[in-house]
Amino acid sequence: MIEIQNLTYSYDRADDKVGGLALNGINLTVNDGEFVAVLGRNGSGKSTLAKHINAILLPMGGYVYVDGMDTLDESKTWDIRQSAAMVFQNPDNQIVATIVEEDVAFAAENLGVPPDEIRRRVDYALGAVGMTKFRKEAPHLLSGGQKQRIAIAGVIAMKPKTIVFDEPTAMLDPSGRKEVMKTITELNRKYGITIIMITHNMDEAVCADRVVVVDKGRIIIDDKPRNVFSDVDKMRRIGLDVPQATQIAFELKKAGLDIKCDILDEQECVEEIIKLCR
Amino acid sequence: MLKDITLGQYFPIESPVHSMDPRIKIIITLVFIIAIFFIKSLWGFVAVALYVIFAVKLSRVSFKLVLKGIRPILFLIIFTALINLFMTNGEIVNIGGVPLKAGFLKITKEGFYSATVMSLRLVFLVMGTSILTLTTSPILLTDGVEKLLSPFSKIGLPAHELAMMMTIALRFIPTLLEETDKIMKAQMARGADFESGNIINRAKALIPILVPLFISSFRRADELAVAMECRCYRGGKGRTRLNELKIGTRDWIACLSMLTFMAVIVLINMYL
Repeated sequence: MIEIQNLTYSYDRADDKVGGLALNGINLTVNDGEFVAVLGRNGSGKSTLAKHINAILLPMGGYVYVDGMDTLDESKTWDIRQSAAMVFQNPDNQIVATIVEEDVAFAAENLGVPPDEIRRRVDYALGAVGMTKFRKEAPHLLSGGQKQRIAIAGVIAMKPKTIVFDEPTAMLDPSGRKEVMKTITELNRKYGITIIMITHNMDEAVCADRVVVVDKGRIIIDDKPRNVFSDVDKMRRIGLDVPQATQIAFELKKAGLDIKCDILDEQECVEEIIKLCR
Repeated sequence: MLKDITLGQYFPIESPVHSMDPRIKIIITLVFIIAIFFIKSLWGFVAVALYVIFAVKLSRVSFKLVLKGIRPILFLIIFTALINLFMTNGEIVNIGGVPLKAGFLKITKEGFYSATVMSLRLVFLVMGTSILTLTTSPILLTDGVEKLLSPFSKIGLPAHELAMMMTIALRFIPTLLEETDKIMKAQMARGADFESGNIINRAKALIPILVPLFISSFRRADELAVAMECRCYRGGKGRTRLNELKIGTRDWIACLSMLTFMAVIVLINMYL
């Protein structure tokens, strides 16, 4: 469980006025097994928020608790990082070793796990991301999506309860995005790992159970995706898009057609339009 | 195209030499190099040649590949041989009553002998080390170096850090090559010219490639450091390994063969 209480943070320590705060009084609780998408414009503070969850950044005000451990307690830093792992945007800059399985083993090696247990964890992690048959390959020969899945396997080997993803698909091509999103949803549904995903892509946010919108260092919306995206006007005011399907429905409704607005994916949109035609 | 480069010259097949412990291989290679420099007679080199042939056969690497390592230093070998041949003092060789001597250049018996010994030494030196690098993957090589140097960490030698740096360097060579390629193409698309002009102009043309490459490497280094900390990296202390190095029967047999080889060399040096 992740509990964030009244968190404030500023990159510029000298600048104490409210405008200079990257995070300004964030309160958020993420329960075990949840899949939360965090949305926000560039510079809204969403990445800063993500970095607080595994103690890369420490709160200037307020508290962050990961499974009851305070991130300000330095003796707990490594336990926190093991419990709440993090995957970043660029897979190239996360992979350490020259062979896939060596890289997946890296985190477990750092934790001092015995060799045969590392072997089990590596096999388990590679299986969970569907990359078992690439275990002896060199990472630089893999595609972007495959590399990102290796990076994910690398943190799964720590057996974390929560994984924080910081725009995991931003540098990938459409097919890579699909692979990685499929892996992330599977980790949540099949393996029960809590997911906190920072993203720009609205269609990906739809996969989550809950959407949190951050703007100017504050949480302004915290609701189910369906409720969040149906208010297209509000999202646009914040400077965010909505999923394509929602947008089509919204425009149709504006044009005077009788269609419901809380549509999230293509399939639903197609069904609604067919209903209209009848 | 740049993606296809191989790291080091590792030749990935299965053989008794490939599956040896890297530490033992490194030690044997070191002993071999030292032995080569002790050999005085040509008989010694016969023993060395036999040993190298035996090792190559056992490693299932083709001779051509092992010999390929000599090509880059061929010039050095010829140069050393010629210097030794013409500059050594001693008994000047006569062919048909004509002494082979012109100015300060002369061919002596001793010169002929030391030229042969020197070039043979260099050739076998390269062949011996080639067998090591051809049969050991870079990652095992760094592991081996780390383990061999770890006793010195007590006197402040950062063995683990050195090995980590080597691993990361190896990992990022292809990534940075790819990036260089990308930057070059981007510059060429905007009319940069890397091929014409004299050497100074061409070196100057490289600056717009090196600057963005450096900047992006620093950014990469920063991101990698954060990602490593996220995966609980805190130096070599208390770290375990997925594949622990183990010394097996095979390695003891190899050591035995090395000792036999040394004994033969010593005997040859004493009696022949």
